Amino acid sequence: MADPLLNTLESIVTNATPLVIAAIGETITERAGIVNLALDGSIVLSAMTGFVAAYSLNTALTGGGMAAASATAIAIPVGVLAAMLVGSLIALLIAFASIELNQDQVAIGFVLTLLGVDLAVFLGTNYARIPGPQALPIVFPVLSQIPVAGDIFFKQSGFTYLSYALIFGAWYYLFQTRRGLALRAVGERPEAAFARGVSVNRLRYLYAGLGGSLVGLAGAAYSLNIKAGWTTPPNMQGDGWIALAIVIFGGWHPFRVVLGAYLFAGLRALASVIQRTPGIEINIMVLNAVPWVLMIVTLLLVSSGAIERSLLLLPRGAQKWARNILRSDPPAALGTRFDPERGS
Amino acid sequence: MKQPAWLLRAGLAAAPIIIALLLTGLLVIAVGGNPFQALTEVLRGGFRDVASFAGVVNFWIPLTLAATGLIVTFTAGLWNIGVDGQITMGAIFASAVALSWNLPGPLLVVAQLIAAMIGGAFWGAVCGFLKTRLGVNEIFGGVALNQIASLATLYMISGPWQPPEGGSVRGSPPFPPEALFPVISDEFSVSLVMLIIVVVSLVMIGLALRGTRWGLSLKATGQNARSALLLGVPVNRSALSAFIVCGMLAGMAGAFRTQFAFTSPSIRPLVSGGIGFLAVLVALVVARRISWLPLVTFAFSALLGGSAQLKAVLRLDVALVGVLQGVLVLTVLLFNGLRTRLESRTSDRSGTSATPTPSVSGSEAVHG
Repeated sequence: MADPLLNTLESIVTNATPLVIAAIGETITERAGIVNLALDGSIVLSAMTGFVAAYSLNTALTGGGMAAASATAIAIPVGVLAAMLVGSLIALLIAFASIELNQDQVAIGFVLTLLGVDLAVFLGTNYARIPGPQALPIVFPVLSQIPVAGDIFFKQSGFTYLSYALIFGAWYYLFQTRRGLALRAVGERPEAAFARGVSVNRLRYLYAGLGGSLVGLAGAAYSLNIKAGWTTPPNMQGDGWIALAIVIFGGWHPFRVVLGAYLFAGLRALASVIQRTPGIEINIMVLNAVPWVLMIVTLLLVSSGAIERSLLLLPRGAQKWARNILRSDPPAALGTRFDPERGS
Repeated sequence: MKQPAWLLRAGLAAAPIIIALLLTGLLVIAVGGNPFQALTEVLRGGFRDVASFAGVVNFWIPLTLAATGLIVTFTAGLWNIGVDGQITMGAIFASAVALSWNLPGPLLVVAQLIAAMIGGAFWGAVCGFLKTRLGVNEIFGGVALNQIASLATLYMISGPWQPPEGGSVRGSPPFPPEALFPVISDEFSVSLVMLIIVVVSLVMIGLALRGTRWGLSLKATGQNARSALLLGVPVNRSALSAFIVCGMLAGMAGAFRTQFAFTSPSIRPLVSGGIGFLAVLVALVVARRISWLPLVTFAFSALLGGSAQLKAVLRLDVALVGVLQGVLVLTVLLFNGLRTRLESRTSDRSGTSATPTPSVSGSEAVHG
């Protein structure tokens, strides 16, 4: 695969993977009415945990005489599970503080995001900049033979394949199943869901934990794949905030969220391509500012209604369908607390 | 048997601190350290001699300034996480004056402070404008503006303010002697002027929030923006003014950091030193009780001042102090919740949390 364009497109898909996974996780959590603002700290802490767990197990197994390839094959899934556990614990703590103790989800989330980074730096200090196990690309049978698309989408790591499954899984679950209906009801009109016999807070715990575990998975996708290893300061720090903004840009809909993540990774790649082009000189600091300017611009697009207005350019028949996908209102009960004793 | 109420209350007040210390202690044990030694080193670290105590005061000054500013934005119901960038922008503006203006000593110091206030207020106003006019949530706007401000620092250091020996992004050349803030003594190198500014800011903000029209309109905006608007409070304008006032105070904190954070007064990467984020934590703990603020910032500064000892004596990462501070704030918030829950058992009224609860979605909050 010598084509530089294909190479770039393939790397966009690779680099978007953790953003996709984390943003889908957060979409699920927010659809149930809980804001997990601790995404950034969760990703950093779970990345550290995932790497340290996989590294330690890998060292123990190879030290015990196991072949390197099979040791990695065991160590990486264990690291992933450890990372997912960390992510879900953080999200559950936010849900607990809100549901049981009536604390503001944003406040707890913000404290936890700072704490997550500090904890990761403190506990991971002895593991910084050492080589460890890394998930390698797997050439997907059959599908990788498709011209162009096969090269872009199907010579990726297991994390990316998992993210494909998550995109469609999350959409199907949210919009095509009864349980998905209950999930959305809990985030939109908890009192109505409660009146229909749905146990609102139990579902909120469930989906906070589930969404959080995906955030943890995203952390592992950094430290065991695209930015393999651990560094201080953490090299994926900041991406959690971008994932949070992508959820808003994506209007809490899995397909649009994914579109946002790919668009974001694409624009980032474009910026670095421009930077490497001879004859164009852009200061590296200006380049590094691009994601953050993009973040503000995407949120501007959402709040200004530009996306909604662009619908009017579509043929009338497609407008209704597109409006459904492009809706960008947050879940009505997002960030609020539901008290079953008062039914509100 | 019923426990006396005061015992329960004292227990609930002390418990978060004890639990935070226990949890952090467990972490120290986990990495093979001695938690008691770590705690004594940190606590002693800031009070070993006059110079180390000056170090504590030099954390206290910018932290208190930023936290005081945050009380203003929190009162208006705004999550001004962009305060860290406002500190950075203040530092950049102050450095621009210090590095390029030719003025006699006292005037150059005043000019730096004014420039820093303008820089901080400008960055706060950008965040406020995005929020009130364009509907970009201030949390996300703030996070992005923080990053852009630190990149602007790097840009200035690597370009226009590159030291003559060139090449590095380590920092600007040292400021000229006329630009330096006067200090009390060589040993106790604390700026008296800045101490006075901090105290005056605290008192003025405290009084303004309690007794002026402006303070009332901020409160109304923070508690219920929609009904405040119906009652004729200029919601957007008061939100914007809160950002600007906070930015001015944070900007001065930034000017202060350029003077006292490094071995020689200059601007370097990460000039804010995360003071802004720490100030958000302080504001969460204090929750509008402004009289508590200087005490909490002092406790946090003492921990920061002692953190150097951790690395030097025990070879523990200084992030431990951040962990302790984070756990402390978390347990305080959780115990606040526990207390209201215990109290509401008897009164059957669900208490509202002490922390402000601005909307997360951005588009509907504080919109005129």
